[in-house]
Amino acid sequence: MKHSTFFWFFLPTGLAMLLFIALPLVSVVLQSVHTPHEAVLVTVENCGPFGCKKETTIDQDATSTLRTAEPLGRFVGLDIYFDRGHLAINEVRDAWATSESWGGFFSKLGNLPFYRAMAFTLTFTFTVTPLLIAFGLMIALGVNALSERVKGLVIFVSLLPMIVTPLIGSLILFWMIDSRGILGNAIQWLAADPDLSLKASTGLTWVMLIVYGVWHSAPFAFVVFYAGLQTLPMDQIESARIDGANRWEQVRYVIIPHLMPLITFVALIQLMDNFRVFEPIVGFNAEAHATSLSWIIFNDLGGETRQLSAAATTSMLTIFGVAILLTPVLWRTWQDFKGKS
Amino acid sequence: MRSAANQYPIYLKVLIYSFIAVWVIMAAFPFFWTLWGSFKVELDFFSIANWTNALTGSNTTATYGTSFTDTGYVGAWIEEEFWRAAINTSIVCFFVVCTSLTIGTLGGYALSRSGYRYTFWLLITALIFRAMPPITLVSGYLLPFFEWNLWGILPTTIIVLVAINQPFTLWMLHSFFQSIPKDLDESAKVDGCTQFQAFRFVIIPVMWPGVITTGLFSFLLAYNDFAVTSMLLSDENRTMVPKIAAFLGTTYTEGNVMFAVAAVVSATAPLFIMVMFFQRRIVSGLTAGAVKG
Repeated sequence: MKHSTFFWFFLPTGLAMLLFIALPLVSVVLQSVHTPHEAVLVTVENCGPFGCKKETTIDQDATSTLRTAEPLGRFVGLDIYFDRGHLAINEVRDAWATSESWGGFFSKLGNLPFYRAMAFTLTFTFTVTPLLIAFGLMIALGVNALSERVKGLVIFVSLLPMIVTPLIGSLILFWMIDSRGILGNAIQWLAADPDLSLKASTGLTWVMLIVYGVWHSAPFAFVVFYAGLQTLPMDQIESARIDGANRWEQVRYVIIPHLMPLITFVALIQLMDNFRVFEPIVGFNAEAHATSLSWIIFNDLGGETRQLSAAATTSMLTIFGVAILLTPVLWRTWQDFKGKS
Repeated sequence: MRSAANQYPIYLKVLIYSFIAVWVIMAAFPFFWTLWGSFKVELDFFSIANWTNALTGSNTTATYGTSFTDTGYVGAWIEEEFWRAAINTSIVCFFVVCTSLTIGTLGGYALSRSGYRYTFWLLITALIFRAMPPITLVSGYLLPFFEWNLWGILPTTIIVLVAINQPFTLWMLHSFFQSIPKDLDESAKVDGCTQFQAFRFVIIPVMWPGVITTGLFSFLLAYNDFAVTSMLLSDENRTMVPKIAAFLGTTYTEGNVMFAVAAVVSATAPLFIMVMFFQRRIVSGLTAGAVKG
């Protein structure tokens, strides 16, 4: 294909991505190093019958003129990155200097919003991903052994948790897990504690969110692995059986190695997707116990006072985190490309 | 696999069937429970006294005379004007799917037919864009959109969703077009067609399976989005998902929770129907990327 033909074919989609992904990204970078103008203060001396008083007031006109003229605000460099709401360099240094033990240090870090969010985001990402792979693999092996008649129905039902809107899916589970809902009741009965509420405890809230995460993403792993199982080399299974491998050994030494590329694929995709965990926190109303980086951005942007600079800075830190998780994927794609050409 | 399946010993068969039964219940029960409960009053669905109230609907019977009531649906759709959100969602989804398929098909086709090195870098850029959470871009949109008075209206959101959708669409259609033999359009070009004519008369007639699968995923992205739509749409232009979130934010009063339950069931129904009709395509779409990568 000629360069010019390629250009015209690619122009619409390229333009869309340039204008609405690349440029906003530049805008995010710019905002993260600017902060809104401070109000312009004027000092007026009021002289009355009882002497003169100096009064400092906000010059509304000048402030709004300045803010309209430069909507981006004033340049502050990396200050926002290091402030208390983000990396909190000073607070971390203090905590390091004053803490006797690791436990004390981490509990002080837990009071800083960024590290609190980071703790949950990383725990969520690195527990949900292996669990959903294991669970998805078990479902795939199970469904593969079913008789043809029920397979279709089981696959249909299995797709539901994945296809449903994340916010809606988490609300549905949240209502059931409510202390007045059916699961909440069941858990109270099992624990023999009528006052038990999953919403009140940080640990249980985390467990709840992780269960939701596995429930939501296991179908994706299942579908991918199930497709992989259809291409299973039967002769290898056969020879393993002749060599005396039992069922577990066949799974362990033939099936899992065969699925390994797919397991890597699912792991990489899910690490990136779970890192952006956000809707379940809103749906489960869990922000008192668990926050994520995406939730902080959402919270900063919402409401009457839209804190664009703070949100932009958290966005940059999130992108940085995603970039770290993305590196292995990019490396693999690059290797593939070099191998092909 | 069939022959092997028949050789499973009985204990293993029982184990497999019971495990799958547990999974099926886990996957499907929450939806049926919520559907059932959406026809009850709040005191039944969230029952303090006895959980079986939700099954029998004793409070619902006491209030309305029958054990099923549509008050949740009437309240959500008419009083709280959920129909407006439903219309907005249909508009957004329709235009997002059409636009992103049109420009994505052209782009994906070009990427699959050009052998130059820059196609690789374009695909890598698309992959990076795909990996970024959409919400990180929102703070970049707000300031320009406020300045130019574009905030709050549906067209802006549609274009933003189309753009966010493009990286995924490009990857999917790129790999689909690569599976269509190059000889097809090459021979059309030998016969004197331009590249666009070759695309129009040779490729378009055979591309529908891939395009429909990609369209399903574009639809899901637009339909399920919460972060972008809740930030970029004004209150009266809200789509269904942010509208449901708004129900919970403002109206956690007696009875109104059932509006949200009814709205949730209403918003899930189209997805159910979609999975029912397109199950095979969704499965093949999910696996296409995986088996290749």
